[in-house]
Amino acid sequence: MFRNNYDNDAVTFSPQGRIFQVEYAQEAVKQGSVVVGLVNKTHAVLVGLKRNAEELSSYQKKIIEIDSHMAIAIAGLASDARVLSNFMKQQSLGSKMTYGRPIPLDRIVAQIGDRAQTNTQHYGKRPYGVGLLVAGVDEAGPHLFEFQPSGLTHEMVACAIGARSQMARTYLERNLDKFEDCSRDELIQHGLSALKETLSQDKELTIDNTSVGVVGVTNGKKESFKLYEGQETAALLEVLEQRESAGAEGESMEVDS
Amino acid sequence: MDHFPGTWGRPRNDVYGAYDASYLQTTGPKAHTSSPAVTGTSVVGVKFNGGVAIATDNLASYGSLARFSDVKRLRSFGDNAMVGFGGDVSDMQYLDRLLESMDIRENYSAHGNMLNAKNLHTYLAKVFYKRRSEFNPLWNHVLVAGFDGEGEPFLSSADLLGTTFSAPHLATGFGAHLAVPILRRKFPEEMPLAEVTQEAAVEALKECMKVLFYRDARSIDKYSIAVITKDGIDLKEDEQIQGQSWAFAERIKGYGAQVV
Repeated sequence: MFRNNYDNDAVTFSPQGRIFQVEYAQEAVKQGSVVVGLVNKTHAVLVGLKRNAEELSSYQKKIIEIDSHMAIAIAGLASDARVLSNFMKQQSLGSKMTYGRPIPLDRIVAQIGDRAQTNTQHYGKRPYGVGLLVAGVDEAGPHLFEFQPSGLTHEMVACAIGARSQMARTYLERNLDKFEDCSRDELIQHGLSALKETLSQDKELTIDNTSVGVVGVTNGKKESFKLYEGQETAALLEVLEQRESAGAEGESMEVDS
Repeated sequence: MDHFPGTWGRPRNDVYGAYDASYLQTTGPKAHTSSPAVTGTSVVGVKFNGGVAIATDNLASYGSLARFSDVKRLRSFGDNAMVGFGGDVSDMQYLDRLLESMDIRENYSAHGNMLNAKNLHTYLAKVFYKRRSEFNPLWNHVLVAGFDGEGEPFLSSADLLGTTFSAPHLATGFGAHLAVPILRRKFPEEMPLAEVTQEAAVEALKECMKVLFYRDARSIDKYSIAVITKDGIDLKEDEQIQGQSWAFAERIKGYGAQVV
């Protein structure tokens, strides 16, 4: 609480050249539940772990469809994410209206990046308390972008943000070379495996707390964004279980030989 | 001696009555362009197997005066799209600047996401419709030629009202009356696009430009022609109508000073 005198607003630098309000906003992202994104040559996948505020409440949505060619996964303040997603929906619709073209991913990511940056440079404003993974396809193929409250955006092949996301990133780094040429279904499974890594001992992936979103191109034809939630995730989680038990057997067999 | 310089050179009130100042009124509704000033005539375009050919003559008329005879009315956009402008030349120049700034903006983050001719046409139609809704129209009728998102040849028109229209061959202005029938005869509706060759399309355009020069009094015998294929745009801006024969003019009666 008495950290220093330089964190009262987002426009003041500390003598070390840091902007504390922005760093605090990035802490809000770390408090949010984890989301994982990854791409290969044909598809972009988002998976997220949903949280419910209490036993009796519904689960907070983690993946929001922006348009038929892209979606975002959120970690942090969901209400800030709604502001950003509404903006993105408007921009996307605007592009379809004026040019008859789905908006290119890098374009819309640059736009939300610019918006977030202005929040760090105007007195009386505050940074967005949310991090996003933006996944989608455009003329240049599938893409995944990471967006941070600072306004920083990066194109990624795989990424995880949110609570305990380091575990997922470790999985992604270890398996990076398997992604590029794998199939759509395998990519989903890699996403779920990465997500599973982040769970604490007493938790597991269920049809209630798992969200999966996929978008891609198959044989040059665009495949519209598909969100799997609830009962639809059952088949995916079943495959995950089978893979893991097969993987465990594989390991024990290796030990035997 | 009149000591008020403001009245010098003016008709004297005591002789002609008070000046009618209502002509100098500055209030009232704002007036926009209600007719074009310097104009270009027809634009003609034909689709063929593997691309589109489009032509205009090089004249900008001031009313019926052939005022500027080297005006380029075909403008390129990116590597694979072309716009042919009919109508007001200053509005054409405005739109050309608009499209050029858009092209530059698009190229900053290329990433393989370039606007194609179809996107360009959608945009232009929206610009026209916005301006006509403000009662301040851009007085043009344009043809946009190039390729659509699927890589198929694309040819479509947009006019000052924002009306859009598409066909395998199109013409604006006088050409809509004189060139389209020729093109419909050469390339009938039932003829598949695969059978229309680039040579045939270019040849047909040249004939259309000749007929238009014969019969359209706002045309000139110098023209530009562009052939858009996957390899890019082949634009020739200084062509001359070949093989003119005015023998048919002998038989035309009932115009001008001719009495019998």
